[in-house]
Amino acid sequence: MTTHSQADLNNIARIATGIRRRVLAHTIAQNGGYMSQACSAAELLACLYGGVLSFAPLDEPIDPPTFIGVPAVGLHTYVTGAQFHGAKAAQYDRLISSPAHYALVIYAALIETGRLREDGLEHFNRDGSTVEMIGAEHSPGFETTTGSLSQALSQAGGIALARKIKKESGKTWVFMSDGEFQEGQTYEALQAAKFHGLDNLRVIVDVNRAQCDGPMDTVMRIEPLEARIKGFGWDVTVVDGHDTAAILTAASAPTSSPHMILCYTDPVRGLPLLAERAPVLHYLRFTGADERAKYERAYAEMVK
Amino acid sequence: MSYEIVQRPHQQNFIDWAKDKPKVLVLSADLTNSCEVGKWRDTYPDRFFSMGMAEQNMLGFAAGLAREGFEPWLHTFSVFLYRRPLDQLQMSIAYPSLKVRLIGFLPGIMTPGGVTHQAIEDIAILRAIPNMTILEVGDATEAMSVLDVAHAVDGPVYVRMLRGEVSRIFPANEPFKFNTARILSTGKDLTLITSGIMTEEALRAIPLLQERGIGITHLHVSTLKPFTDPAVVAALGNAKSGVITMENHTIIGGLGSAVAELMAENAIGVPLRRIGLKDTYAHGASQKYLMSEYGLDAKSLVTTVENLLGNDLKIAENDLMQSRTASVHSSAKVEAL
Repeated sequence: MTTHSQADLNNIARIATGIRRRVLAHTIAQNGGYMSQACSAAELLACLYGGVLSFAPLDEPIDPPTFIGVPAVGLHTYVTGAQFHGAKAAQYDRLISSPAHYALVIYAALIETGRLREDGLEHFNRDGSTVEMIGAEHSPGFETTTGSLSQALSQAGGIALARKIKKESGKTWVFMSDGEFQEGQTYEALQAAKFHGLDNLRVIVDVNRAQCDGPMDTVMRIEPLEARIKGFGWDVTVVDGHDTAAILTAASAPTSSPHMILCYTDPVRGLPLLAERAPVLHYLRFTGADERAKYERAYAEMVK
Repeated sequence: MSYEIVQRPHQQNFIDWAKDKPKVLVLSADLTNSCEVGKWRDTYPDRFFSMGMAEQNMLGFAAGLAREGFEPWLHTFSVFLYRRPLDQLQMSIAYPSLKVRLIGFLPGIMTPGGVTHQAIEDIAILRAIPNMTILEVGDATEAMSVLDVAHAVDGPVYVRMLRGEVSRIFPANEPFKFNTARILSTGKDLTLITSGIMTEEALRAIPLLQERGIGITHLHVSTLKPFTDPAVVAALGNAKSGVITMENHTIIGGLGSAVAELMAENAIGVPLRRIGLKDTYAHGASQKYLMSEYGLDAKSLVTTVENLLGNDLKIAENDLMQSRTASVHSSAKVEAL
């Protein structure tokens, strides 16, 4: 079993705490936000950005550019959110984030790891900004456009296949949400990745068992998820999604097949107040001044 | 008049063309031989990827490969490139404007496969998608020279392709030119714009119409998007008595609609008649039968001209039967579908 230094784990814990804190602060300021996604995925994203992913370093955190337009035929200069992941090179990893509504959480992770300027969130959801509410490929940390869920895994499969042809050593990572296992395309991608031997493709999933309409078990069941994915020939590791040592160990395990880490998470972790909203946790918008004040007090506790 | 028949124009031509283009890959969804790339697969096994019957995923893989500098050429039937995976086509390929080539076979009513296999609204749908380029070949010369045209486009391209026994209407040394119509005849009364297999069909009737003193300007259009060729606008502007379009597609949203838009924008005030599927699905039968049943044939062109000019031209159906009809059982049709 791989061991990780206490310093690494402390740093990841710091990042995870920072993600929750920033998203909560922002949710309070904006009177709304994807809060439960920060609670469930904070450790998972902290592990990715704070240790697992091999990205080219940046000289300094990037100031998010203003929106210059959509990609167009013959436009060669288009810069995607991949610039926040550093210059591309054969030995470096890629990260394709699939659930684009986690954008705020990903922006927070980028800030905590020195890739996005701290004041970058001031552009969030502002007209003319790239720091959009649902990330697209101009948004910080988004390498492709994935908001129509389940398309990222296929796109990443193509990238991983291309990098295999080019004999690049870097891995292609995909961050997914569990709701995407209700989409048929996900299973097409699973079978294709195995068929084409994409052992350079790694997926990490926030299994928070919550979706827009409420608990997934009441919307459309996806379990047994591990057995399903293993059935497609993938290597699967199931971990507690808040156990950073377990995530790091799973992420560094050598595999000869495409590999998926299922992170079972708690959508109110670190913010128990959010449980009052159960069972519908997808988006937090305060019902009034009283509720907002409760969250302000929770924030004050968090930053103590 | 009869034309030279070229057997499987795409098959060897695409192999020869791709020889010095290592970035060109083929992705196929279980219709490899039906799309004339079986031999391509055997020639370049390292550049051929079988994606199975899973088109949504195939389009996503193509997007990823294109982002990494490869040029995927997807080969399957037209319907399976845009109808089933439309969201994937839009979000994974068209939005980022990636160099993916969608080579669609059996456009329109060319297949006895019936409604499930007949791409009758592909141009309408794809014209509405930003960043798409839409090409349609009308003969063997274009089926062979469209490769260079598609290859040169810095964005996604959809091609309505022909296979099997294909007529050579245009000289081999007059290749497909991007956004450039072929002017096949000129005359002052009517302007006729045709695309794809409708061009050969129209050419059956045109000499008979000309013999009766009708002046026809006939343009063959092979680039459906962009649709900005000044020669088309000029030809529309010169039509004295009307404009006719002929397409192997529904009359809503395709060539006929594109022409209507150009006429309105340029204030060209003559009647427009659109020959094509009249807002209907088709069914499974031979191409020849369907063309007649749905009025996509030379006879329909004659009737339309008669209506526009108010004349009975006294053209018998027999006169229109001169041209060849492809043999369903010929050696070029190895696959039933």
